[in-house]
Amino acid sequence: MASNFTPYYALVFVAVLSILLVLALLVVNAILGPKRRSRVKMTPFECGNEPWDNPRKRISVKYYLVAIFFIVFDIEAVFLYPWSVLYRGLLKQPGYGILALWEMLLFIGVLAMGLAYVWGKGDLDWNPGAKR
Amino acid sequence: MNWNIVLAATIKWVFMVLVFGLGVAGILTWVERKMSAVIQDRVGPNRASILGFRMLGLFHPLADAIKAFTKEDFVPDGANRVLFFLAPLIALVPGMLAFAVLPFGPGDNLVIANMDSGIIALLAITSFGIYGATLGGWSSNNAFAMLGSLRAAAQMISYEVSMGLNLVGMFMVFGTLSFSQIVYAQGHLLGGWLPEWGIVVQPLAFILFMAAALAENKRAPFDLPEGESEIIGYNVEYSSMRFATFFLSEFFEVVLIAAIVTVLFLGGWQIPWLDPKGIAGGWIRVLQVGAFVVKTLFVIWVMMLARWTLPRFRYDQVMKLGWKIILPLSLLNILVTAIVLAML
Repeated sequence: MASNFTPYYALVFVAVLSILLVLALLVVNAILGPKRRSRVKMTPFECGNEPWDNPRKRISVKYYLVAIFFIVFDIEAVFLYPWSVLYRGLLKQPGYGILALWEMLLFIGVLAMGLAYVWGKGDLDWNPGAKR
Repeated sequence: MNWNIVLAATIKWVFMVLVFGLGVAGILTWVERKMSAVIQDRVGPNRASILGFRMLGLFHPLADAIKAFTKEDFVPDGANRVLFFLAPLIALVPGMLAFAVLPFGPGDNLVIANMDSGIIALLAITSFGIYGATLGGWSSNNAFAMLGSLRAAAQMISYEVSMGLNLVGMFMVFGTLSFSQIVYAQGHLLGGWLPEWGIVVQPLAFILFMAAALAENKRAPFDLPEGESEIIGYNVEYSSMRFATFFLSEFFEVVLIAAIVTVLFLGGWQIPWLDPKGIAGGWIRVLQVGAFVVKTLFVIWVMMLARWTLPRFRYDQVMKLGWKIILPLSLLNILVTAIVLAML
């Protein structure tokens, strides 16, 4: 076993322990709790009204837009990580530091342009039709 | 298989996650009720008693636990039984797991998994928490729960971008992704007197990270996924222990976020202006872990104050704050940090 891997084994082991603990909590409750079913109790709670429609229908596309922006910006954030860790080391080497700075200025510039485009399109407005 | 590693991980898990994490989270359920009572000039919980001792209502978390264990555990008609069962588990476990990468003290002995890329592991683990809220709301076949879970998903992923970007400045200053090394680096003194904590070298990132973390946590002022007065929340249909698990995961995340903020921005276990060689033997370790705990409790207190003094946002305001204010500011923070580091 390479010593580098021990933290990962520890993490997996702790994950198993945590899952077992929470499972135990849920199962103990299922054993201890009473089970008295009734038709009314089993209907979804909607403030006393009878539910008249299936909630799992098509929904506003805004939520999908947010998900797409998340993927775009989060992936670009991940690209920043390796650069940010190496940045100080690169600065110490003549020539490389200024290159690293400009490269990343360019990258963040493209990222900011993407944000500005989405912003200008009005996709970040939650309620585009409303008066601001 | 090396059994010493397994034993060590188990012992550390019991103390860090169960005693510290779940213990503090359990007491927080009392602190929250009592603190809101003090702020709103009420008495707060004071009825639960053992043999006539009331202890300021400190037995209430215990009574809640007993109640959660003995209530009916039902699944509404039309719910997806598997996901309905798994959602509370998915909500609580990532928080417990994230504690594994946080250093409580110096060295390998006071952290469960001392990873070189601890922060990436942490971001990966905590992202799972979104599934808990989202699947919980979707699986319960309830329109209000569905709305709550959609709000939770959109809000949490929006602020996760900002959380990730705010940390880039920290990586640039400290040049590492490891929690332990970041805490070691924060032990330096700038100019001989100012501790090089994250809050000193990256003040803007600290404020933005705190705001984004509060939003990730889904508590007021960002409690729209639960929004008691409008949509009740993604956990409407949950009862008994399953509801308690959601509830506990919320408080567990409070402790977790406070611990992350402490490690990244408040120097972790470092005690500034104290020469470690001046204190004999193991006591320095006790003091350092104590410093970590005290700082964490302080951040929890700040978060509790924010919870009970700020009004809830409107949903468009939440989205505007996340995408139009915090995200551009964190990009700006990266730029300024890069230029300042290049000029130094």
